[in-house]
Amino acid sequence: MSNLELLKKELVETVRAANDIPALEEVRVTALGKKGKVTSLMQTLGCLSPEQRKEMGQALNKLKDEITAEIEAKSLLLKKAALDERLEKEKIDVTLSPRPSPKGTIHPISKTVEELVAIFADMGFSVAEGPDIEDDFHNFTALNFPEGHPARQMHDTFYLPEAAGKTRLLRTHTSTVQVHVMQMQKPPIRVIIPGRTYRSDYDMTHTPMFHQLEGLVIDKTTHMGHLKGCLIEFCRRFFEVDELPTRFRPSFFPFTEPSAEMDIGCSRAGGELKIGEGKDWLEILGCGMVHPNVLKNCGIDPDEYQGFAFGMGLERIAMLKYGIPDLRTFFESDVRWLKHYGFGPMEGA
Amino acid sequence: MKLSLSWLKEYLDTQAALDEISKKLTAIGLEVEGIHDPAAMLKGVVVGHVVSAEKHPDADKLQCLIVDTGAEKLKVVCGAPNAKAGMKGVFAPVGSYIPGSAMTLKKGNIRGQESNGMMCSERELLLSEEHNGIIELAAAAVTGSPAADALGLNDPVLEINLTPNRGDCAGIYGIARDLAAAGLGKLKPLKTAAVAGKFKSPVTVSLKDEKSCPLFIGRYIRGVKNGASPQWLQDKLKAVGQKPISALVDITNYMTLGLNRPLHVFDADKLQGNIHVRLSAKGERLAALNDKSYDLDDGMVVICDDSGVLGLGGIIGGVSSAVSEKTVNVYLECAYFDQTAIAKTGQKLQIDSDARYRFERGIDPAFASAGAEIATQMILDLCGGEASEVFVAGTAPDVSRTINYAPQRLKLLGGSDLTEARQKEILTALGFALNGWAVKTPSWRHDVEGAPDIVEEILRIDGYDNIPPQPVVRLPGQLRSEPSPLQKRVISSRRTLASRGLYETVTWSFMDDAKSDLFGAAATQNKKALTLVNPISADLAVMRPSILPNLIEAAGKNTDKGYPDAALFEVGGVYLSPEYDGQLTVATGLRSGNAVARHWSGAARSADALDAKGDALAVLEACGINVNSLQITIDAPAWYHPGRSGVLRLGRDALAYFGEIHPAVLASLKRDEAYAGFEVFLQKLPAPKKKGTRKELLKPSPFQPVSRDFAFIVDQTVEADKLVRAIKSVDKNLITAVDIFDIYMGKGVTPGKKSVALAVTLQPVEKTLTDEEINALSAKIIEAVEKGTGGALRS
Repeated sequence: MSNLELLKKELVETVRAANDIPALEEVRVTALGKKGKVTSLMQTLGCLSPEQRKEMGQALNKLKDEITAEIEAKSLLLKKAALDERLEKEKIDVTLSPRPSPKGTIHPISKTVEELVAIFADMGFSVAEGPDIEDDFHNFTALNFPEGHPARQMHDTFYLPEAAGKTRLLRTHTSTVQVHVMQMQKPPIRVIIPGRTYRSDYDMTHTPMFHQLEGLVIDKTTHMGHLKGCLIEFCRRFFEVDELPTRFRPSFFPFTEPSAEMDIGCSRAGGELKIGEGKDWLEILGCGMVHPNVLKNCGIDPDEYQGFAFGMGLERIAMLKYGIPDLRTFFESDVRWLKHYGFGPMEGA
Repeated sequence: MKLSLSWLKEYLDTQAALDEISKKLTAIGLEVEGIHDPAAMLKGVVVGHVVSAEKHPDADKLQCLIVDTGAEKLKVVCGAPNAKAGMKGVFAPVGSYIPGSAMTLKKGNIRGQESNGMMCSERELLLSEEHNGIIELAAAAVTGSPAADALGLNDPVLEINLTPNRGDCAGIYGIARDLAAAGLGKLKPLKTAAVAGKFKSPVTVSLKDEKSCPLFIGRYIRGVKNGASPQWLQDKLKAVGQKPISALVDITNYMTLGLNRPLHVFDADKLQGNIHVRLSAKGERLAALNDKSYDLDDGMVVICDDSGVLGLGGIIGGVSSAVSEKTVNVYLECAYFDQTAIAKTGQKLQIDSDARYRFERGIDPAFASAGAEIATQMILDLCGGEASEVFVAGTAPDVSRTINYAPQRLKLLGGSDLTEARQKEILTALGFALNGWAVKTPSWRHDVEGAPDIVEEILRIDGYDNIPPQPVVRLPGQLRSEPSPLQKRVISSRRTLASRGLYETVTWSFMDDAKSDLFGAAATQNKKALTLVNPISADLAVMRPSILPNLIEAAGKNTDKGYPDAALFEVGGVYLSPEYDGQLTVATGLRSGNAVARHWSGAARSADALDAKGDALAVLEACGINVNSLQITIDAPAWYHPGRSGVLRLGRDALAYFGEIHPAVLASLKRDEAYAGFEVFLQKLPAPKKKGTRKELLKPSPFQPVSRDFAFIVDQTVEADKLVRAIKSVDKNLITAVDIFDIYMGKGVTPGKKSVALAVTLQPVEKTLTDEEINALSAKIIEAVEKGTGGALRS
């Protein structure tokens, strides 16, 4: 075996024996560093004859390449072993809970309003709002509730002290804002009006404060057919049932004529309410063609303009859509309820 | 409004089944709210004949019966003491539902004896509370026939939700008339033949106020005998929930409920002199038939004799002239009263009577005379006696109107294509008289006032379901409407707060008086004008000046239930005056308990004023406010902790308050735990500037930012903000951030002082900073802090 072969054997053995990266580096320096064994031999080439130099040079270069390759291979092995060892040590309990991040919810009433606004906005309605504290004119008189009419008794009104000869009250319906809108804006009108409303009633199915959404369409040609089309479309989109059965029944409201109530089809089989199935009906909203007296009271000529209005209780439709069983719980602020029935801040955003 | 099927059929000749009638009623606007059908409830339950009854071999109180059900003879074990051989009772076979015990009968084995069904008590069938024994039927009851028939319960009752405009349907006859018009049968003619008077009425009537009472028909009937009314009349009244009293009273109730013709009967022997109908004077009293006594006001319609007030016309009669079993001579009143007058008096005195209900909705004035004759005939038929001539004071008012209708209105307003002929047909069937298209309303329809009412009449009889639906016409040039700035702020506030971990709640707009005072009602609010005259209870009386007390109460309740860490918010109104601009929209939030929960990853941390500040700033930022331009002052209102609260201002305008709630306020609210809250006044935020949607151009520096840490010793009173501003003022271009990362007081720091450690970020824009430049800047920073705050670099 030549000297070079011996050297190669020796170096390869030391490379293979290196058991970590620093040791391997030491081996590299010993072999290929400035004063390394191979490097030193390279430096002796100058003393040789050209033929020997060529031969020896080639042999040394080959040795250098071979050792370099050996070291690289070893290095990869060692790095892998080191990584394996590190990964072996680096373990966490992935079943631990992550660091807490804040989680809040949006109340079902707010969510319902947002959904309704989106549906009606697509149909060309804008949103109007009005004050909770009203006067007799906007809540009753303008809406064609004659003084002393039994229809006034249907609304158990909360009153505030009279001021400046005006009867002040908490609005019993969002229809008050119809009046404001018609007083301020000339037709054509397409608005919806969500808001708080108040009636003096507190039991299983009534709370002294609740929410309504009112709608108003005024122009020269809108009739009962449009009213039906609009509300059927709304109910199908809101309850997300394409073929939702609907029914319109004659009813009475002082501020509309003709008046109607709208029902949607449902099933109550086995005590469980299913919307869109079965043979039962569920009342959903009141509506009708705006009474000529109302238009007149708001400064709009009933001989020229007509249109429809509708109103619905938001708690009721929220309860139906989301399966919330008890009206009173909407206002109890029980955090378990808010968590359970509330909506994430980005849901449907 | 209740009606039984048999009573309806007394007026309506129809073959329609109950279900069909019910559907039609709802379709024409007489919404059926419920159907009580006792026969359906008792389906399968039959008359059972007890053939034999023997003592149970192994039980003292039980008997083993053999019951003949008509189809078979069955063994039945029975515990009722009155069960005996030969009796007829109500037998429920295996498989039938027993409503009183809410169960379906199964074949049983009672102490070794088989039992195939049950003999029922009244309570088990929900007929009464009687449960001492089983029902005993008359011997004539046919074995095996439906028990409902034998019990007289074969008359279904419909409950109608009568809308206030349909006074004409407050009698069953009116409902029959509507059904007939809708094609569900034929209205039977009423027998209204006049009863010949045998003598002149000894009592006359004078009307002092013909506006309130334009018509009074009186009649004296002598020699009557007033006992219990016949069974058919009692059954009729009972079926619709009216208690039978005596023949005379039952007749008036029959007339009221059936024919919508309220009447009154006086014991004529208790009258003193003649009858006067006038308006009451304040101070008069009435002991009414409902056992209550009423102090009358001026201007109520009263029926009087020479002794004084006998009754409130059209509302309720009085005790002094009431008929009794001993009544021999009767005076019958059949009058017409003004709707508004009755409504006002009824509301004022809070009297709900069948008469008031009908008069205030409006009865048919043209029917008074016929009604009086029908009632007279009934009294003579049921109580005997003889009638006087009719005494008529005043005249029946003509309440019908003539409306100029155009048949095209049906399409224009109703969207329906019915022919003119069909329109005419419907109107005529409803009793309208047509002269061309001049439509005269029937005397019983007070509610039909104009063309839209005529459209409704035609549509409802034809059916709203027949109107073809079509989409709302979109306004030209409008694709989708944009929410107002305030609406956008409300939505942004909600989403921001919910994403920061707060739960949105909705609380009452009104609150307890004392509670409102704690939150500025007295100071900021026109409280007197905002206190409800008729609150539902004292704790829901004053319109809220702030949402915070509601949130504190809600959080307190959650804490008491074991959920102390809930953060709550509400975006809603507060009320500072009853004027329209007195209602403000405020985003309000409250934190208590831990802001950061106890967790393996780190220590728990209680919620504090600075959490609330963070919430308020987040809301402001979400609403488009540049929070760097806000100032903080320490003059939050009195319900905040004076040392742990602040006001966020833009210029002089206070946009928001934040801080811990004052401990004394919490003590008044009976809460021990600490709360931190905030109020952001959404209307006070400046309108977003119209600077377009383009953002400023981003010019990222190619050079690395440099961060240097400092620690300064300053007086404890020095506000962090002051320190930060002093540093920033050194070089507004280079210094891009100053972040305080530690505040220390205690060992090593002079008492009264604090050590504030902060990191200053320098972002070079033109070239990398040299060490010399950085050192020079550091020296300037130290100098600025010394000058601005009196602080010194911590050595």
